[in-house]
Amino acid sequence: MSTTLGDDWEMVIGLEVHCELLTATKLFCGCRNAFGDEPNTNVCPVCLGLPGSLPVLNTGAVERAMAIGTALGCEIRPSSFHRKNYFYPDQPKDYQISQYDEPINTGGRLELPDGSVVGITRAHLEEDTGKTLHVGEGGRIHAADHSLVDYNRAGVPLVEIVSEPEIRTAAQARAYVAELRAVLVATGASDGRMEEGSMRVDANVSVRPAGNEVMGTRCEIKNLNSLRSLTRAIEYEADRQVALLDAGGTIDQETRHWDEEAGRTSTMRSKEEANDYRYFPEPDLVPLAPGAEWIERVAAGIGPLPAERRLALAALFDGGPTPAQRDQILAVVDLGLDPLLRSATDAGVPATLALARTANEVATDTDAALRLERTSFATLLGLEANGTLSATQTKAVLAVLLERGGGDPGGIAAELGFESLSSGSLAATVADIVAAHPDEWARFVEGDKKMTGFFVGAVMKATGGNANGKAVTAELARLAAP
Amino acid sequence: MSADGRSARRTAADIASAVAAGEESAAAVLDAHLAVIESREPDLHAFVSVLGDEARERAAAIDRSVAAGEPVGPLAGVPVALKDNLCTLGLATTCSSKILEGWRPPYDATVVRRLADAGAVIIGKTNMDEFAMGSSTENSSSGPTRNPHDTAKVPGGSSGGSAAAVAAGFAPLGLGSDTGGSIRQPAAFCGVVGMKPTYGAVSRYGLVAFASSLDQIGPFATTVADAALLLEVIGGHDPADSTSLDGPAPAARSRLGEGVDGLRVGLCAQLLTGAAPDVAARVHEAAEALAVAGARVEEVSIPEFDYGLSAYYLLAPAEASSNLARYDGVRYGLRVDAPDAAAMNRATRTAGFGAEVKRRIMLGTYALSAGYYDAYYGQAQRVRTLVVEAFARAYADHDVLLGATAPTTAFAIGSKADDPLAMYLSDLFTIPSNLAGHPAISVPFGTGDDGLPVGVQVLAPALAEPLLFAVAAALEVATPQEETVP
Ligand SMILES: [Zn+2]
Repeated sequence: MSTTLGDDWEMVIGLEVHCELLTATKLFCGCRNAFGDEPNTNVCPVCLGLPGSLPVLNTGAVERAMAIGTALGCEIRPSSFHRKNYFYPDQPKDYQISQYDEPINTGGRLELPDGSVVGITRAHLEEDTGKTLHVGEGGRIHAADHSLVDYNRAGVPLVEIVSEPEIRTAAQARAYVAELRAVLVATGASDGRMEEGSMRVDANVSVRPAGNEVMGTRCEIKNLNSLRSLTRAIEYEADRQVALLDAGGTIDQETRHWDEEAGRTSTMRSKEEANDYRYFPEPDLVPLAPGAEWIERVAAGIGPLPAERRLALAALFDGGPTPAQRDQILAVVDLGLDPLLRSATDAGVPATLALARTANEVATDTDAALRLERTSFATLLGLEANGTLSATQTKAVLAVLLERGGGDPGGIAAELGFESLSSGSLAATVADIVAAHPDEWARFVEGDKKMTGFFVGAVMKATGGNANGKAVTAELARLAAP
Repeated sequence: MSADGRSARRTAADIASAVAAGEESAAAVLDAHLAVIESREPDLHAFVSVLGDEARERAAAIDRSVAAGEPVGPLAGVPVALKDNLCTLGLATTCSSKILEGWRPPYDATVVRRLADAGAVIIGKTNMDEFAMGSSTENSSSGPTRNPHDTAKVPGGSSGGSAAAVAAGFAPLGLGSDTGGSIRQPAAFCGVVGMKPTYGAVSRYGLVAFASSLDQIGPFATTVADAALLLEVIGGHDPADSTSLDGPAPAARSRLGEGVDGLRVGLCAQLLTGAAPDVAARVHEAAEALAVAGARVEEVSIPEFDYGLSAYYLLAPAEASSNLARYDGVRYGLRVDAPDAAAMNRATRTAGFGAEVKRRIMLGTYALSAGYYDAYYGQAQRVRTLVVEAFARAYADHDVLLGATAPTTAFAIGSKADDPLAMYLSDLFTIPSNLAGHPAISVPFGTGDDGLPVGVQVLAPALAEPLLFAVAAALEVATPQEETVP
């Protein structure tokens, strides 16, 4: 569904992105920070909130938060922790330790690939909750027989990144989250896996008549955990608000839930039902004041950011990349596959070929791609570039490389039976086909360009697609030469 | 008193050196104390649980170490009474609350580990006001503790069980926690030494929190030197407590014999305001005794102290309302079943908490509420800052401050149970040190008109424990009569 706002209305969107940090241990205890372990195995008195336990801040989490702040151009400030009080079974202490009026990072910006800029209000540290599983009746809370709580996630470090309400379309919101994700991954602070919940987005959405400076009443849509949900939920919500206002109604400020299946938002709690979190300074922790030397050391450890890496890839294309190639570069950098691509171009593979293989074939399985030995990939593309392997053969060898995480491309090609298409046997095949089509050959020799396609197609057919098109063309040219 | 009883009244230092030297077995020391407990505990109810079997095992282990010539710690074979808000691995820790029924901590508090390392023998977990909220040890799910000097009287609180246990000879040492006077006031009522260390000097890891920014674990003993020894054992940096101070334990005994010659003692008017005449008389006598010993005693007025009580009764409940949220029936302790989580939570807390705890949770919740935060919590924090600044001004001219520990001697059981404000007033003199995070000690100094012990309080700046104990030792020497043995 695309938005029906038209020219009369404008969306105002602010996003709160919760990002789990890639630390070895939790924010306030020594338990493993790991996704997918047996329930309640990574727990201790501290993250279970047992009586008498006390939090001790993980400096690794602080460094990752500082890295995020640095990457987003924030000011890294002396900060402190507060308690956010509310009762919920997956919140072990029935309060969350979070940063409130003194966040570690304030006032940054994120430039999106289209050149637009979104302001960052703050990026602060806090702890995650456990996970509640409602058992029975399809897992819905009101019909559940009982609930189970897994506290493995309780106390996992999060950074919450709050944008200014400067986003104006669902597409821009999507681009913002995608770019933010790439930045977070680039800093090493996060794995950016939305599907595993390591990035979760809350969207504050309001609408106002186009050109109006006054903000409309906003609704907060909670827990959007894919780019698709984010886009759909924002568009649905904006349409809902416009329809209400057009009909003479008003918007109630409330928290709303996004139902992915039904494709709509619904009321979670109204403003009146909102919790009074009774924030107050966390007396069990001392204030945090990173010195300039520490901030500089963290900044120095951050690798190149996505915008810079996209520019570096674009520079590999003489005359600049085409619009389609720009999109591919964006995707490759988002997925963190640019070092793989660069390993091929550094080995002399043309950028066009390296980009095509990375964006089209490698990107289909990002996990495998990130494990892939770069030298194997570079060697393989070298074989394609010099005509030893056809495109089809290259893709087949690449699939095996991805599966195995690496290996010798030549050896794999041999395993797959591709050695029969060494140049000798290709020449014989081309000669056979030329002999079988004397009329077409005569036209080819006279310079009829269409005949190139005819012969290449015939050779491909004869070899089951295993011939290299360039090598066929070269062989045809060699035969036709006087 | 029997021969065993006499053995039980020896100092911790004496016991430890006799046990370490192999002159006396830890088992025999323990048995002597268990015998005293057996005879008087039914009248006093100082303990929530007496750990006879665990203590016997521990004493036997120490005796084996002594026999094997292995080093034993400075508290070898010394029985210690532990307030029941200090976590003990595998042993019930109730905070005298129904809501923690059946909970056995999977870990030891840092102080418990340090006691074990020092060779101490934990003899029992002592009764207290529920979650340390109270000044009489009447707010306990297992019933009140009685004062060993007069069983119709309260022992003070909230660490009344530990104070009564040490006073009755159940153990030469006890540990309590002091949030607004919960060690010093019961020490005064029971005629023993009770001390609140500098905030951060003793790790709070494993102390079930009441008000985290005020709570501090501290020693009870029959002598100043024993209290200092116990502080040295339990103190020092602990990486598990972020508010724990860097560095080793205060060298509490380093100046014990130095006396007070030349010290500037401020006799603080606000620490006598409203004190009963007999209590005030003992404090003046204590001041005179210090003057005789060479100190320069001057009266000092610190008007800011008068606001301490109000600030405390906003800050402590505010923190408590958050600290006690976790008792929700989900993971441990009492659970009262109900159709959904929120209802179960309500039913559990309604059934599990006593009236005083509920009162303070509601007070604290209100003080932190949107729209009231600044007027209550915020204002109380500003008062706290004023108290800290007032202390600093006073310490510019004085080395220590002197006053009463509590306005009266021990009051009758039941006499203030229905009057929370009257009860809160018994913390008036002890609260300023908690607000500032400073050390303070209560030393027995004679008796009141009713024959019950009076405690004199000495206050010192942060980390001035050696000085504080030196002054306390001078008062101990000057005590006008033989210590009354209840
Ligand atoms: Zn943990």
